[in-house]
Amino acid sequence: MVHPVTRDNSAFKQGEPIGATVDAIYRSDSRRVFATLVRLLGDFDVAEEALHDAFRAALEQWPREGVPANARAWLVSTGRFKAIDAIRRRSRFVALPTELIEGLEGAEIESGAAGEPGGLSAADLERFIFDGHDPSALDAEPVEDDRLRLIFTCCHPALAPDAQIALTLREVCGLTTEEIAHAFLTTAPTLAQRIVRAKAKIRDAKIPYQVPTREALPERLDAVLRVIYLVFNEGYSASSGDLATRHDLSSEAVRLGRLLVELLPEPEAIGLLALMLLHESRHAARTSPSGELILLDAQDRSLWDRGRIAEGSVLVQRALISRRFGPYSLQAAIAAVHAEAPAFASTDWAEVVGLYDVLLRTDPSPVIELNRAVAVAMRDSPEAGLALVETILDRGDLADYHLAHSARADLCRRLGRNTEARRSYQRALDLARQEPERRFLERRLAELPR
Amino acid sequence: MKYLCLIRAESAMETMPAAFAAQHFDAYREFAQSIRASGHFVDCNRLLPVDAATTIRVRQGQVSVTDGPYVETKEQLGGYFVIEARDLNEAIQVAARIPGATIGCVELRPIADDARTLSALGLQKSR
Repeated sequence: MVHPVTRDNSAFKQGEPIGATVDAIYRSDSRRVFATLVRLLGDFDVAEEALHDAFRAALEQWPREGVPANARAWLVSTGRFKAIDAIRRRSRFVALPTELIEGLEGAEIESGAAGEPGGLSAADLERFIFDGHDPSALDAEPVEDDRLRLIFTCCHPALAPDAQIALTLREVCGLTTEEIAHAFLTTAPTLAQRIVRAKAKIRDAKIPYQVPTREALPERLDAVLRVIYLVFNEGYSASSGDLATRHDLSSEAVRLGRLLVELLPEPEAIGLLALMLLHESRHAARTSPSGELILLDAQDRSLWDRGRIAEGSVLVQRALISRRFGPYSLQAAIAAVHAEAPAFASTDWAEVVGLYDVLLRTDPSPVIELNRAVAVAMRDSPEAGLALVETILDRGDLADYHLAHSARADLCRRLGRNTEARRSYQRALDLARQEPERRFLERRLAELPR
Repeated sequence: MKYLCLIRAESAMETMPAAFAAQHFDAYREFAQSIRASGHFVDCNRLLPVDAATTIRVRQGQVSVTDGPYVETKEQLGGYFVIEARDLNEAIQVAARIPGATIGCVELRPIADDARTLSALGLQKSR
């Protein structure tokens, strides 16, 4: 990513002590500093500029004065000071940025009918900037809360869903618009515009910079979890576009999930982190070296990441014990049953079916019903599973879902009903869009006895 | 900050069954009283049904007048509230209690908060 340390400073070459320190602090703390600056300055763009100014100042001053004991607090107060200073300077020479003007009630500073330009004192500006803010809140203490505020603001349901994702990756994770555009197979200008529009809505509709109240929390947390899970899946269902970048998205989602659990250890946040870790644990086993998709039953389980499985399993327990768990925790519990099975055949299918039953009660959906049917086929018999899959397909719910047809095809194949299997694989192939999935289905079709 | 809550629904008071309309109106009275007590209330009223709507356009000095609303949708504008709220979250909390939201929807529109429009128009900003 582009950051001011390597971009703006030639005095420090890589590897030199202070430059490297600033670099490291930028990587670990810049988004935290940014989150606090947004609260103090009340504007995303002003905060972004202040952040860069603060790091630039660090590069100039720290070599002479040493690295301050609390670097983060230093950066926050320097950034805030630089922002006020910049606004003061600008107010003297040019018209103020409109976003600040618009926030200034009763101050007639527009040229033309609205009065004299430049008629605004620095004191007015400071009053605006600090209006409603607690100036003593500069300590490092509330920084974590600021990051939580930032997450909830970026995932506000009043913003368009794709804007929520883009804004979260940009502002919370610090990805560049180019990186996000690349990962979501769109162009940087399109994505930048989406972000600009979202920021304008935050400002104009006055979306507050706060963690929701207790009553609103469950619903608002759902929105945050959905954004994180969408980011994860975008990376996990890697198949089109640049594989490496997409896997980065999964890592970014896991990082966000960890941050959320650290700041707000709600059962479903814990459940989602567990779910992502357990899925990630199979990353190396999911594709062959040539990029072919390998399904759960054929994966080399020695490639599974035991560390992630252990961490995920502990988190699942923590979520389930709370008794306030929901769909993410239940899906994680199912993933944990798979992760703990030494082989596909020895999976505790009764447990898997039981968990799907609970999941269907909390979060009914035809996709979950389909997954349950596949588990029933393993627990009881392919016939039993096929009957359930056909009921779902007959209802028309998943008629255009390629995985429903490939599940049917698979069960038919196991029952030796090859003509039907062929027809369903073909239907799945017509619907599948991702290359590795298509190749997998083609392989299955070719393997069917004539 | 002021927000305009535009209430849209398929059925207007006038077209509802009498008993339901009475109940719905009671719900509105209760809501209006409660937001007046909490200080969120600024203004409100009901609009007469879309049958009474007229749309006007002026092109090259020619006034064209047509019967009906600007957009023909199932859910028509039936009334509005102007509320005062600290931010969008508070506005959402208030708007979610508008009875019309349970049968139609409420569109929340922030009203410009700066003095520029009114002062540019030569009007005092009423606060």
